Amino acid sequence: MFDHARAAVEAALAAGATYADARYVEARDEQIEVLNGTVEQLDRGEAAGVGVRALVGSSWGFFGTHDLSPAALKSAGSRATEIAKASAVVPGKPSPLADVPVVEADYETPYAEAPLEVPISEKVDLLIAVTAAMQEVKEIRLARASLGAWDTHKWFVSSQGHRIHQHIVETGGGFDATALGDGETHRRSYPQSFGQFETGGFEVVRRWDFLGNAPRIADEAAALLTAADCPEGEMTLILEASQLALQIHESVGHAIELDRILGWEAAFAGTSHLELAKLGSHRYGSELMNITADATLRGALGTFGFDDEGTPAQRVPIVDRGRWVGVLSGRDSAAIAGLPPGGMVRADGYARLPMVRMTNVGLLPGDSSLEEMIADTERGVFMSTNRSWSIDDKRLNFQFGCEIGWEIRNGKLGRMVKNPTYTGITPRFWAQLDRLGGQDEWVHWGTPNCGKGQPMQVAHTGHSASPGRFAEVRVGVKG
Amino acid sequence: MTDPRTAADRLIEIIGSRGEAEATVAVGRLELTRFANSFIHQNVGEEYVNVRLRVAAGGRLATVTGNRADDAALGKLAEDALVVAATQPVDEDWPGLTTAVDIAPADFSHASTNGATPAGRAAAVKAFVDAGEGLSAAGFCDTDSFETAFANSAGHRASARGSRATIDGIHQTGESAGAAHQTSNAFSDLDGAAAGALAADRARRGMHAFDLKPGEYEVVLAPEPVATIAVFLDFYGLNGKACNEGQSFVELGAAQFDERITMIDAPMGPGALGEAYDAEGTPKRSTTLIDRGITKTVVHDRRSGRRAGVASTGHAWAMSGSLGPLAGHVVVKPGTDTVDDMIAAVERGVYVATFNYCRILDPKSQVVTGLTRNGTFMIENGVITGAVTNLRFTQSFVKALGPGNVLGVGNDLRYADSEFGQGVVRAPSLRLAAWNFTGGAAG
Repeated sequence: MFDHARAAVEAALAAGATYADARYVEARDEQIEVLNGTVEQLDRGEAAGVGVRALVGSSWGFFGTHDLSPAALKSAGSRATEIAKASAVVPGKPSPLADVPVVEADYETPYAEAPLEVPISEKVDLLIAVTAAMQEVKEIRLARASLGAWDTHKWFVSSQGHRIHQHIVETGGGFDATALGDGETHRRSYPQSFGQFETGGFEVVRRWDFLGNAPRIADEAAALLTAADCPEGEMTLILEASQLALQIHESVGHAIELDRILGWEAAFAGTSHLELAKLGSHRYGSELMNITADATLRGALGTFGFDDEGTPAQRVPIVDRGRWVGVLSGRDSAAIAGLPPGGMVRADGYARLPMVRMTNVGLLPGDSSLEEMIADTERGVFMSTNRSWSIDDKRLNFQFGCEIGWEIRNGKLGRMVKNPTYTGITPRFWAQLDRLGGQDEWVHWGTPNCGKGQPMQVAHTGHSASPGRFAEVRVGVKG
Repeated sequence: MTDPRTAADRLIEIIGSRGEAEATVAVGRLELTRFANSFIHQNVGEEYVNVRLRVAAGGRLATVTGNRADDAALGKLAEDALVVAATQPVDEDWPGLTTAVDIAPADFSHASTNGATPAGRAAAVKAFVDAGEGLSAAGFCDTDSFETAFANSAGHRASARGSRATIDGIHQTGESAGAAHQTSNAFSDLDGAAAGALAADRARRGMHAFDLKPGEYEVVLAPEPVATIAVFLDFYGLNGKACNEGQSFVELGAAQFDERITMIDAPMGPGALGEAYDAEGTPKRSTTLIDRGITKTVVHDRRSGRRAGVASTGHAWAMSGSLGPLAGHVVVKPGTDTVDDMIAAVERGVYVATFNYCRILDPKSQVVTGLTRNGTFMIENGVITGAVTNLRFTQSFVKALGPGNVLGVGNDLRYADSEFGQGVVRAPSLRLAAWNFTGGAAG
């Protein structure tokens, strides 16, 4: 299998590239969705191909092909070099690649049950049973459940001598209940919005006990129909762990991407409020804020052996006791910034250019607990499970909506509230973090739908989090 | 290159009498030249084959996809589909296949796009960059040239060729940015210098911005934010599946919008990129969605149409089983007002060039939050008096276009970047009576 990649690399070099690398990828996936007991989607996909990247001077070219014939692989390599030469019409400054160890290696996700080998009938039966359990609650109009799995082999070769095979297995799913009222809809999801995905096999799905949680989720969706509106004003906000994970993703994970900081994503995804000159001194948040980008966490969705440039997976400090100390980087961006390469460059399939992506950008646990932080709150709102998310192009001004909330009065959870929202400015918000849940509430949440780049690429990222408390946050924003 | 008609026919042949089947095969070349900090930093190309086969064997359904079209690969794909389908419960809602109808092979492609080269795209980018002397440019220029074929076991066949080319970018001053966007089926229509000049002008005008106090303001929206509104109405509202599920704002026959609003799905005709049939082989035709403020129609695929008791309108796509059918060629009908006319009529308001990161809070009421980006300006006494920093809004899009709320419709119809893909919406500028800005740059 290395031969496909090597042929493309050799062709790129022969056409004039000074550096080239290529990935031969074989990917299989399966997506199943059941709505109200009916299978709405059952898709199985297979794709294989080679993506080759060529460097000429300071300019890059990339070409992907599904055709694995020797002639097509040769053409792909020379085409990548041709594209790189065209890039030189509007050239940038010379950008050397940061040095990384040249390795020959093999990596495989630890897993117990290969997800694509579990009978489809068993999966469909589970999803139908979950939707049936939710439909026991009469207010539930839509009961939806889904499973997804990806099984990917990658063979990476570079002109510097890399030779790496990886087998990545990712599995997960979730379900949601939607109650429809007069002019309003309320949804509750489990384990989180869009489901929970991890690296691993079908044991991930079994561990989350979908069936056991379906009645509670349906009851909560129904109860939202008669819940009070979320209060408005500035007050204490406690976030359930999966919502805090998305908060990390949006207001930290994207902001620390070095390609954004360098302006490479300015037109589409945006830039960052962070300036490289302040790396090491900028205060990102309170002393409780300790963030790492850790691609080595067993089971987390952003875990792998090597990134798509052949750099080994690493654990990189990002925020240390509130101080910004690290970025997400690849070999080219790290070289420009004068930083060690972080091994955080990945591509969405063989036909896409590897780019800086989050690995597992997580908030290390504190020493409190959800119970303790509620008991220690005089007036506030506890919000759970994301419903909407929006943040500006510098990752500063954000507004999130959650599926459900509860008022907190005098240290106790009070009435349920619907349509809870909160808004803030990133460094101010993180400076208000004053309680953080402990290790036993710390979960490796997975985000399977992180969009970035043009053409659009979707990445799978991880965000470890426990519940957190923030002081004086504006909640209850209405349209 | 693979002949998609041959591959689609072959899949149907392999399935034979073992089930109903429909096959879609697309082959093409997508190339994209991306620039930032005024140089080309990412430059990519891809030759693709996308094969999709849906089978219904005894009412048991499965869909499989692949990216190879050789006989062995097609054979494996077909057998996989049958094996997976056999494990399924019978789908009582299976709407069956599209019956054979005549769809003449269509060619919407343009030779200049089919023959576009990396050097040609680089030249367009250079023109964009050079138009903003002293500024920092970022964006992309891409070309997509493709051929598709459809076949099903009911004897229906269709095929088409198409193309699309886009240049989209910003110029930045260091404290402000301005955007420009052009899309056509013809690469030769793109004018990098003109797009770059427009973006540069907007960026320079955006300097020295001040923080505007959030609140409700009259607005003039450029085609980009109007396109974003149209996408949300389309995806969350005018979607037959969303309507069937009770999650849509739509009340057919009701005057839900201002009489100045007419919205159609126009897959063919002057200016359209062109699409002859949908993913189920149903022929495409022009569909009026909103007619002078009255919600007329929602779009359907075969399944949502069956559930609603109506025929498919030809809006199936690869994900419509899960996300519902979509109008993919939306046109918000233009009016006669110039942008200058609309601005001149505003006593105190805001001009918005682009929205950013819009997300729905409630699909039923169409309350959306998002931000302004790449040019937000204060209008006072009919003239733009300065730039303002980006604003956050929380606004019902249906209410914003509601009866009496549309005060002007521009004559500047064009493809606009909706934030959700190129070539989906053509829109003019609009003047709206009220927009709810709920936060500013400072929170």
